[in-house]
Amino acid sequence: MQVPAPFEYERATSVDHAIGLLDRLGETARLVAGGHSLLPMMKLRLANFDYLIDINDLHGELGYISVEPTQIRIGAMTRHRELLESQVLADTFPIFGDAERVIADPVVRNRGTLGGSLCQADPSEDLSAVCTTLGASCLIRGTGGERVVTMEDFHRGPYETAVGDAEMLIEVRFPVRPHGSSAYEKVERRAGDWAVVSAGAAVWLDAGVISDARVGLAAVGPNTTGLPAISEALRGHAPSEELYARAGAIAAQTCRPATDSRGSEEYKRHLADELTRRALRRSVARIVADDPGA
Amino acid sequence: MTVNDAEVTREIEGRLLLVHFLRDHLGLTGTHWGCDTSNCGTCVVWMDGEPVKSCTVLAAMAGGHEVRTVEGLEQDGQLDPVQQGFMQCHGLQCGFCTPGMLMTARALLDRNPNPTEQEIREAISGQICRCTGYATIVRSVQWAAAEEAGTRTTIPAEGA
Repeated sequence: MQVPAPFEYERATSVDHAIGLLDRLGETARLVAGGHSLLPMMKLRLANFDYLIDINDLHGELGYISVEPTQIRIGAMTRHRELLESQVLADTFPIFGDAERVIADPVVRNRGTLGGSLCQADPSEDLSAVCTTLGASCLIRGTGGERVVTMEDFHRGPYETAVGDAEMLIEVRFPVRPHGSSAYEKVERRAGDWAVVSAGAAVWLDAGVISDARVGLAAVGPNTTGLPAISEALRGHAPSEELYARAGAIAAQTCRPATDSRGSEEYKRHLADELTRRALRRSVARIVADDPGA
Repeated sequence: MTVNDAEVTREIEGRLLLVHFLRDHLGLTGTHWGCDTSNCGTCVVWMDGEPVKSCTVLAAMAGGHEVRTVEGLEQDGQLDPVQQGFMQCHGLQCGFCTPGMLMTARALLDRNPNPTEQEIREAISGQICRCTGYATIVRSVQWAAAEEAGTRTTIPAEGA
Protein backbone atom coordinates (compact mmCIF):
# COMPACT_ATOMS: atom_id res chain seq x y z
CA MET A 1 0.00 0.00 0.00
CA GLN A 2 1.34 3.40 -0.97
CA VAL A 3 0.67 6.12 1.58
CA PRO A 4 2.41 9.48 1.98
CA ALA A 5 4.48 10.16 5.09
CA PRO A 6 2.52 12.04 7.78
CA PHE A 7 1.92 15.76 7.23
CA GLU A 8 -0.33 18.52 8.50
CA TYR A 9 -3.10 19.46 6.07
CA GLU A 10 -4.08 23.11 5.68
CA ARG A 11 -6.62 24.61 3.34
CA ALA A 12 -5.98 28.05 1.86
CA THR A 13 -8.98 30.34 1.53
CA SER A 14 -7.32 33.00 -0.66
CA VAL A 15 -4.09 33.57 -2.55
CA ASP A 16 -2.87 35.89 0.21
CA HIS A 17 -3.71 33.26 2.83
CA ALA A 18 -1.75 30.62 0.87
CA ILE A 19 1.27 32.90 0.52
CA GLY A 20 1.05 33.81 4.22
CA LEU A 21 1.08 30.12 5.16
CA LEU A 22 4.05 29.48 2.85
CA ASP A 23 5.88 32.44 4.33
CA ARG A 24 5.34 31.16 7.86
CA LEU A 25 6.03 27.49 7.19
CA GLY A 26 8.96 27.88 4.78
CA GLU A 27 10.43 24.97 2.89
CA THR A 28 8.63 22.42 5.05
CA ALA A 29 5.38 23.28 3.23
CA ARG A 30 4.18 22.68 -0.29
CA LEU A 31 1.07 23.73 -2.20
CA VAL A 32 -1.14 21.01 -3.64
CA ALA A 33 -3.50 21.76 -6.54
CA GLY A 34 -4.86 18.79 -8.51
CA GLY A 35 -2.34 16.60 -6.74
CA HIS A 36 -1.97 14.14 -9.60
CA SER A 37 1.78 14.61 -9.82
CA LEU A 38 2.59 15.56 -6.23
CA LEU A 39 0.59 12.91 -4.37
CA PRO A 40 2.09 10.00 -6.37
CA MET A 41 5.56 11.36 -5.56
CA MET A 42 4.61 11.65 -1.88
CA LYS A 43 3.24 8.10 -1.92
CA LEU A 44 6.57 6.88 -3.25
CA ARG A 45 8.27 9.02 -0.55
CA LEU A 46 10.20 10.83 -3.28
CA ALA A 47 8.71 14.02 -1.83
CA ASN A 48 8.06 14.60 1.89
CA PHE A 49 6.66 17.73 3.51
CA ASP A 50 5.56 18.64 7.03
CA TYR A 51 2.67 20.72 5.70
CA LEU A 52 0.51 20.41 2.63
CA ILE A 53 -1.51 23.49 1.70
CA ASP A 54 -4.57 22.64 -0.38
CA ILE A 55 -5.35 25.46 -2.84
CA ASN A 56 -8.33 23.85 -4.59
CA ASP A 57 -10.67 26.37 -2.97
CA LEU A 58 -8.84 29.04 -5.00
CA HIS A 59 -10.24 27.71 -8.27
CA GLY A 60 -12.76 30.56 -8.27
CA GLU A 61 -9.93 33.09 -7.95
CA LEU A 62 -7.34 31.41 -10.19
CA GLY A 63 -9.39 29.36 -12.65
CA TYR A 64 -9.84 31.61 -15.68
CA ILE A 65 -8.97 32.10 -19.35
CA SER A 66 -8.94 35.82 -19.98
CA VAL A 67 -8.67 37.17 -23.52
CA GLU A 68 -7.06 40.55 -24.18
CA PRO A 69 -6.08 42.17 -27.50
CA THR A 70 -2.40 41.19 -27.30
CA GLN A 71 -2.36 38.31 -24.83
CA ILE A 72 -4.34 35.53 -23.22
CA ARG A 73 -3.96 35.15 -19.47
CA ILE A 74 -4.70 31.77 -17.89
CA GLY A 75 -5.05 31.34 -14.13
CA ALA A 76 -2.81 28.76 -12.49
CA MET A 77 -5.74 26.73 -11.12
CA THR A 78 -7.35 26.26 -14.55
CA ARG A 79 -7.84 22.53 -14.95
CA HIS A 80 -6.75 20.44 -17.94
CA ARG A 81 -10.35 19.77 -18.86
CA GLU A 82 -11.13 23.49 -18.93
CA LEU A 83 -8.15 24.11 -21.23
CA LEU A 84 -9.31 21.32 -23.53
CA GLU A 85 -12.89 22.55 -23.65
CA SER A 86 -12.09 26.25 -24.18
CA GLN A 87 -13.28 27.46 -27.57
CA VAL A 88 -11.15 30.60 -27.45
CA LEU A 89 -8.01 28.53 -26.88
CA ALA A 90 -8.99 26.15 -29.67
CA ASP A 91 -9.34 29.15 -32.00
CA THR A 92 -6.21 31.02 -30.91
CA PHE A 93 -3.78 28.28 -29.88
CA PRO A 94 -4.88 24.91 -31.28
CA ILE A 95 -1.69 23.45 -29.76
CA PHE A 96 -3.57 23.33 -26.43
CA GLY A 97 -6.23 20.98 -27.77
CA ASP A 98 -3.62 18.78 -29.48
CA ALA A 99 -1.66 18.46 -26.25
CA GLU A 100 -4.54 18.20 -23.80
CA ARG A 101 -6.11 15.30 -25.69
CA VAL A 102 -2.96 13.25 -24.98
CA ILE A 103 -2.19 14.40 -21.44
CA ALA A 104 -3.00 11.56 -19.04
CA ASP A 105 -6.69 10.60 -19.36
CA PRO A 106 -10.08 12.34 -19.01
CA VAL A 107 -10.47 11.51 -15.31
CA VAL A 108 -7.02 12.83 -14.40
CA ARG A 109 -7.72 15.92 -16.53
CA ASN A 110 -10.68 16.70 -14.28
CA ARG A 111 -8.23 17.42 -11.45
CA GLY A 112 -4.83 18.43 -12.85
CA THR A 113 -4.08 22.12 -13.33
CA LEU A 114 -1.93 24.32 -15.56
CA GLY A 115 -0.03 25.74 -12.58
CA GLY A 116 0.53 22.33 -11.05
CA SER A 117 1.88 20.96 -14.32
CA LEU A 118 4.36 23.80 -14.70
CA CYS A 119 5.46 23.76 -11.06
CA GLN A 120 6.02 20.00 -11.18
CA ALA A 121 8.66 20.84 -13.83
CA ASP A 122 8.88 17.33 -15.20
CA PRO A 123 11.02 17.45 -18.38
CA SER A 124 8.51 15.16 -20.10
CA GLU A 125 5.48 17.26 -19.21
CA ASP A 126 3.43 18.32 -22.21
CA LEU A 127 1.93 21.62 -21.00
CA SER A 128 5.41 22.89 -20.14
CA ALA A 129 6.41 22.21 -23.75
CA VAL A 130 3.28 24.03 -24.94
CA CYS A 131 4.14 27.08 -22.80
CA THR A 132 7.75 26.99 -24.00
CA THR A 133 6.59 26.80 -27.62
CA LEU A 134 4.19 29.72 -27.24
CA GLY A 135 6.76 31.92 -25.51
CA ALA A 136 4.68 32.17 -22.37
CA SER A 137 5.65 34.02 -19.22
CA CYS A 138 4.71 33.28 -15.63
CA LEU A 139 3.36 35.65 -13.01
CA ILE A 140 4.72 34.73 -9.57
CA ARG A 141 3.49 36.34 -6.36
CA GLY A 142 5.19 36.41 -2.96
CA THR A 143 5.00 38.47 0.20
CA GLY A 144 7.18 41.11 -1.44
CA GLY A 145 5.02 41.55 -4.54
CA GLU A 146 4.79 40.13 -8.02
CA ARG A 147 7.29 39.35 -10.77
CA VAL A 148 7.06 37.95 -14.28
CA VAL A 149 9.56 35.39 -15.61
CA THR A 150 9.87 33.80 -19.04
CA MET A 151 9.53 30.03 -19.47
CA GLU A 152 13.30 29.83 -20.05
CA ASP A 153 13.87 31.30 -16.59
CA PHE A 154 10.94 29.52 -14.96
CA HIS A 155 12.30 26.01 -15.35
CA ARG A 156 15.65 25.73 -13.60
CA GLY A 157 16.13 21.99 -14.06
CA PRO A 158 14.21 18.77 -13.52
CA TYR A 159 11.58 19.37 -10.80
CA GLU A 160 13.03 22.83 -10.09
CA THR A 161 11.40 26.16 -10.84
CA ALA A 162 11.93 29.87 -10.21
CA VAL A 163 9.07 29.84 -7.67
CA GLY A 164 10.58 30.47 -4.23
CA ASP A 165 9.55 28.86 -0.92
CA ALA A 166 7.16 31.69 -0.04
CA GLU A 167 5.92 32.30 -3.57
CA MET A 168 3.13 31.03 -5.75
CA LEU A 169 2.53 30.79 -9.50
CA ILE A 170 -0.55 32.91 -10.18
CA GLU A 171 -1.07 32.97 -13.93
CA VAL A 172 0.55 32.19 -17.26
CA ARG A 173 0.50 34.77 -20.06
CA PHE A 174 0.58 33.98 -23.76
CA PRO A 175 1.35 36.70 -26.31
CA VAL A 176 -1.14 36.78 -29.22
CA ARG A 177 0.06 37.80 -32.67
CA PRO A 178 -1.95 37.76 -35.93
CA HIS A 179 -1.57 35.29 -38.82
CA GLY A 180 -0.26 32.50 -36.62
CA SER A 181 -1.16 29.00 -35.58
CA SER A 182 0.31 26.10 -33.66
CA ALA A 183 0.30 22.31 -33.26
CA TYR A 184 1.52 19.56 -30.95
CA GLU A 185 2.74 16.07 -31.81
CA LYS A 186 3.43 13.35 -29.25
CA VAL A 187 4.52 9.75 -29.40
CA GLU A 188 3.61 7.71 -26.34
CA ARG A 189 3.80 3.99 -25.62
CA ARG A 190 0.14 3.74 -24.60
CA ALA A 191 -2.82 6.08 -24.05
CA GLY A 192 -2.17 8.50 -21.21
CA ASP A 193 1.53 7.79 -20.78
CA TRP A 194 4.35 10.28 -20.57
CA ALA A 195 5.85 11.23 -23.93
CA VAL A 196 8.62 9.22 -25.53
CA VAL A 197 9.17 12.54 -27.31
CA SER A 198 6.81 15.46 -27.97
CA ALA A 199 7.23 18.47 -30.22
CA GLY A 200 5.23 21.70 -30.26
CA ALA A 201 5.38 24.30 -33.01
CA ALA A 202 4.04 27.81 -33.44
CA VAL A 203 4.35 29.65 -36.76
CA TRP A 204 3.44 33.16 -37.92
CA LEU A 205 3.21 34.09 -41.60
CA ASP A 206 3.45 37.44 -43.33
CA ALA A 207 2.59 37.51 -47.06
CA GLY A 208 3.47 33.85 -47.46
CA VAL A 209 6.78 34.07 -45.61
CA ILE A 210 7.48 32.84 -42.08
CA SER A 211 7.84 35.95 -39.94
CA ASP A 212 8.49 33.92 -36.81
CA ALA A 213 8.40 30.31 -35.66
CA ARG A 214 9.07 28.51 -32.40
CA VAL A 215 9.59 24.85 -31.60
CA GLY A 216 9.56 23.30 -28.12
CA LEU A 217 10.40 19.71 -27.25
CA ALA A 218 9.53 17.53 -24.25
CA ALA A 219 11.32 14.45 -22.87
CA VAL A 220 14.64 15.08 -24.61
CA GLY A 221 16.64 16.94 -21.97
CA PRO A 222 16.62 18.28 -18.41
CA ASN A 223 13.90 20.83 -19.25
CA THR A 224 11.29 21.20 -21.93
CA THR A 225 13.46 22.87 -24.50
CA GLY A 226 12.88 25.81 -26.79
CA LEU A 227 15.10 25.76 -29.88
CA PRO A 228 16.07 29.29 -30.98
CA ALA A 229 18.26 27.86 -33.79
CA ILE A 230 15.11 26.58 -35.49
CA SER A 231 13.47 30.01 -35.24
CA GLU A 232 16.51 31.55 -36.93
CA ALA A 233 16.54 28.92 -39.68
CA LEU A 234 12.86 29.44 -40.50
CA ARG A 235 12.44 33.21 -40.34
CA GLY A 236 12.21 34.94 -43.71
CA HIS A 237 11.57 31.76 -45.69
CA ALA A 238 8.42 30.47 -47.37
CA PRO A 239 7.16 27.23 -45.79
CA SER A 240 8.33 24.10 -47.62
CA GLU A 241 9.08 20.44 -46.93
CA GLU A 242 12.76 21.19 -47.33
CA LEU A 243 12.53 23.87 -44.66
CA TYR A 244 10.71 21.52 -42.27
CA ALA A 245 13.42 18.92 -42.87
CA ARG A 246 16.09 21.46 -41.97
CA ALA A 247 14.21 22.31 -38.77
CA GLY A 248 13.83 18.61 -37.95
CA ALA A 249 17.55 18.06 -38.40
CA ILE A 250 18.32 20.92 -36.01
CA ALA A 251 15.91 19.44 -33.45
CA ALA A 252 17.54 16.01 -33.71
CA GLN A 253 21.03 17.46 -33.35
CA THR A 254 20.44 19.91 -30.52
CA CYS A 255 18.20 17.87 -28.21
CA ARG A 256 19.76 15.83 -25.41
CA PRO A 257 17.73 12.63 -24.99
CA ALA A 258 18.79 9.73 -22.80
CA THR A 259 18.24 6.07 -23.47
CA ASP A 260 15.64 4.66 -21.08
CA SER A 261 12.73 2.25 -20.99
CA ARG A 262 10.80 4.48 -23.41
CA GLY A 263 13.40 4.24 -26.15
CA SER A 264 17.01 4.63 -27.21
CA GLU A 265 18.72 7.97 -27.65
CA GLU A 266 18.88 7.32 -31.39
CA TYR A 267 15.15 6.60 -31.62
CA LYS A 268 14.33 9.74 -29.65
CA ARG A 269 16.47 11.87 -31.95
CA HIS A 270 14.61 10.37 -34.89
CA LEU A 271 11.30 11.28 -33.21
CA ALA A 272 12.47 14.83 -32.45
CA ASP A 273 13.20 15.23 -36.16
CA GLU A 274 9.95 13.71 -37.44
CA LEU A 275 7.64 15.30 -34.85
CA THR A 276 9.18 18.74 -35.41
CA ARG A 277 8.42 18.42 -39.12
CA ARG A 278 4.87 17.29 -38.48
CA ALA A 279 4.14 20.05 -35.96
CA LEU A 280 5.47 22.75 -38.30
CA ARG A 281 3.58 21.32 -41.27
CA ARG A 282 0.33 21.19 -39.32
CA SER A 283 0.78 24.72 -37.92
CA VAL A 284 1.25 26.16 -41.40
CA ALA A 285 -1.71 24.18 -42.80
CA ARG A 286 -3.89 25.62 -40.03
CA ILE A 287 -2.85 29.20 -40.79
CA VAL A 288 -3.61 28.73 -44.48
CA ALA A 289 -6.97 27.11 -43.70
CA ASP A 290 -8.03 29.91 -41.32
CA ASP A 291 -6.49 32.80 -43.14
CA PRO A 292 -5.78 32.09 -46.85
CA GLY A 293 -4.23 35.54 -47.35
CA ALA A 294 -1.55 35.14 -44.68
CA MET B 1 -18.48 15.85 3.07
CA THR B 2 -21.58 14.18 1.77
CA VAL B 3 -21.29 10.64 0.47
CA ASN B 4 -24.21 9.44 -1.63
CA ASP B 5 -26.30 12.33 -0.22
CA ALA B 6 -25.57 11.45 3.43
CA GLU B 7 -23.65 13.93 5.59
CA VAL B 8 -20.42 12.37 6.91
CA THR B 9 -18.06 13.82 9.53
CA ARG B 10 -14.91 12.04 10.73
CA GLU B 11 -11.62 12.91 12.38
CA ILE B 12 -8.94 11.68 10.00
CA GLU B 13 -5.23 11.88 9.34
CA GLY B 14 -4.18 14.38 6.66
CA ARG B 15 -2.52 11.69 4.59
CA LEU B 16 -5.58 9.42 4.39
CA LEU B 17 -6.56 8.84 0.77
CA LEU B 18 -10.19 9.13 -0.28
CA VAL B 19 -10.33 5.52 -1.50
CA HIS B 20 -9.29 4.22 1.94
CA PHE B 21 -11.65 6.61 3.71
CA LEU B 22 -14.57 5.29 1.68
CA ARG B 23 -13.62 1.63 2.08
CA ASP B 24 -12.12 1.42 5.56
CA HIS B 25 -13.89 4.20 7.45
CA LEU B 26 -17.31 4.14 5.80
CA GLY B 27 -17.40 0.48 4.75
CA LEU B 28 -18.26 1.41 1.16
CA THR B 29 -16.24 -1.35 -0.45
CA GLY B 30 -17.93 -0.98 -3.83
CA THR B 31 -15.15 1.43 -4.73
CA HIS B 32 -12.16 -0.76 -5.49
CA TRP B 33 -8.54 -0.10 -4.68
CA GLY B 34 -6.28 -1.15 -7.52
CA CYS B 35 -2.96 0.10 -8.80
CA ASP B 36 -2.45 2.90 -6.25
CA THR B 37 -0.78 4.97 -8.98
CA SER B 38 -3.77 6.65 -10.71
CA ASN B 39 -3.38 4.41 -13.75
CA CYS B 40 -6.04 1.72 -13.48
CA GLY B 41 -9.15 3.75 -12.61
CA THR B 42 -11.01 1.14 -10.59
CA CYS B 43 -11.15 3.66 -7.71
CA VAL B 44 -13.09 6.27 -9.73
CA VAL B 45 -15.80 8.08 -7.74
CA TRP B 46 -17.47 11.42 -8.35
CA MET B 47 -16.51 14.63 -6.59
CA ASP B 48 -19.10 17.34 -7.22
CA GLY B 49 -20.40 15.35 -10.17
CA GLU B 50 -17.06 14.78 -11.89
CA PRO B 51 -15.18 11.47 -11.99
CA VAL B 52 -11.91 11.49 -10.02
CA LYS B 53 -9.40 8.80 -9.11
CA SER B 54 -9.88 8.43 -5.36
CA CYS B 55 -6.40 6.93 -4.82
CA THR B 56 -4.98 10.31 -5.81
CA VAL B 57 -7.31 12.54 -3.81
CA LEU B 58 -6.81 13.09 -0.08
CA ALA B 59 -9.94 12.44 1.93
CA ALA B 60 -9.41 15.89 3.46
CA MET B 61 -9.51 17.43 -0.01
CA ALA B 62 -13.02 16.04 -0.43
CA GLY B 63 -14.15 17.78 2.78
CA GLY B 64 -17.16 19.98 2.07
CA HIS B 65 -17.71 18.36 -1.31
CA GLU B 66 -20.28 15.91 -2.63
CA VAL B 67 -18.91 12.43 -3.19
CA ARG B 68 -20.84 9.75 -5.02
CA THR B 69 -19.75 6.13 -5.19
CA VAL B 70 -21.01 3.11 -7.08
CA GLU B 71 -23.32 2.39 -4.13
CA GLY B 72 -25.09 5.65 -4.96
CA LEU B 73 -25.95 4.73 -8.55
CA GLU B 74 -29.03 2.73 -7.69
CA GLN B 75 -32.05 4.98 -7.14
CA ASP B 76 -35.20 3.92 -5.26
CA GLY B 77 -34.32 0.26 -5.57
CA GLN B 78 -33.87 0.59 -9.35
CA LEU B 79 -30.51 -0.15 -10.92
CA ASP B 80 -29.15 2.68 -13.01
CA PRO B 81 -29.41 2.02 -16.78
CA VAL B 82 -25.61 1.67 -16.99
CA GLN B 83 -25.76 -1.04 -14.34
CA GLN B 84 -28.52 -2.76 -16.29
CA GLY B 85 -26.47 -2.38 -19.48
CA PHE B 86 -23.46 -4.08 -17.89
CA MET B 87 -25.74 -6.98 -16.88
CA GLN B 88 -27.41 -7.24 -20.28
CA CYS B 89 -24.28 -7.00 -22.40
CA HIS B 90 -21.80 -8.89 -20.20
CA GLY B 91 -19.94 -5.68 -19.38
CA LEU B 92 -18.22 -7.39 -16.48
CA GLN B 93 -16.22 -10.56 -16.20
CA CYS B 94 -14.17 -10.58 -12.97
CA GLY B 95 -15.85 -7.31 -11.91
CA PHE B 96 -12.76 -5.61 -10.57
CA CYS B 97 -12.82 -2.59 -12.91
CA THR B 98 -16.63 -2.40 -12.94
CA PRO B 99 -17.29 0.23 -10.24
CA GLY B 100 -14.94 2.71 -11.91
CA MET B 101 -16.29 1.90 -15.35
CA LEU B 102 -19.87 2.42 -14.15
CA MET B 103 -19.11 5.80 -12.58
CA THR B 104 -17.29 7.07 -15.66
CA ALA B 105 -20.03 5.75 -17.96
CA ARG B 106 -22.77 7.43 -15.93
CA ALA B 107 -20.87 10.76 -16.00
CA LEU B 108 -20.34 10.43 -19.74
CA LEU B 109 -24.03 9.82 -20.46
CA ASP B 110 -25.02 12.75 -18.22
CA ARG B 111 -22.92 15.06 -20.41
CA ASN B 112 -23.38 13.30 -23.72
CA PRO B 113 -26.52 11.13 -23.89
CA ASN B 114 -25.63 9.67 -27.30
CA PRO B 115 -21.88 9.08 -27.41
CA THR B 116 -20.10 7.45 -30.35
CA GLU B 117 -18.03 4.35 -29.80
CA GLN B 118 -14.92 6.52 -30.02
CA GLU B 119 -16.24 8.90 -27.36
CA ILE B 120 -16.99 5.98 -25.03
CA ARG B 121 -13.51 4.54 -25.56
CA GLU B 122 -11.96 7.94 -24.89
CA ALA B 123 -14.00 8.40 -21.70
CA ILE B 124 -12.74 5.08 -20.28
CA SER B 125 -9.19 5.48 -21.61
CA GLY B 126 -7.87 6.07 -18.08
CA GLN B 127 -9.27 2.79 -16.85
CA ILE B 128 -8.00 -0.73 -17.28
CA CYS B 129 -10.10 -3.87 -17.63
CA ARG B 130 -7.74 -6.67 -16.67
CA CYS B 131 -10.03 -9.15 -18.47
CA THR B 132 -9.63 -6.96 -21.58
CA GLY B 133 -13.40 -6.95 -22.00
CA TYR B 134 -13.54 -3.51 -23.55
CA ALA B 135 -15.83 -4.45 -26.45
CA THR B 136 -18.58 -5.57 -24.10
CA ILE B 137 -18.06 -2.55 -21.84
CA VAL B 138 -18.56 -0.25 -24.83
CA ARG B 139 -21.63 -2.23 -25.83
CA SER B 140 -23.02 -1.97 -22.28
CA VAL B 141 -22.71 1.82 -22.33
CA GLN B 142 -24.40 1.91 -25.73
CA TRP B 143 -27.21 -0.25 -24.31
CA ALA B 144 -27.69 2.25 -21.48
CA ALA B 145 -27.70 5.21 -23.88
CA ALA B 146 -30.35 3.57 -26.03
CA GLU B 147 -32.37 2.56 -22.98
CA GLU B 148 -32.43 6.15 -21.74
CA ALA B 149 -33.30 7.52 -25.15
CA GLY B 150 -36.15 5.04 -25.43
CA THR B 151 -34.69 3.75 -28.67
CA ARG B 152 -33.39 0.38 -27.49
CA THR B 153 -34.58 -2.45 -29.66
CA THR B 154 -31.96 -5.14 -29.19
CA ILE B 155 -28.59 -5.62 -27.66
CA PRO B 156 -26.07 -3.75 -29.86
CA ALA B 157 -24.54 -5.97 -32.52
CA GLU B 158 -21.20 -7.73 -32.29
CA GLY B 159 -18.22 -5.64 -33.27
CA ALA B 160 -19.41 -2.56 -31.40
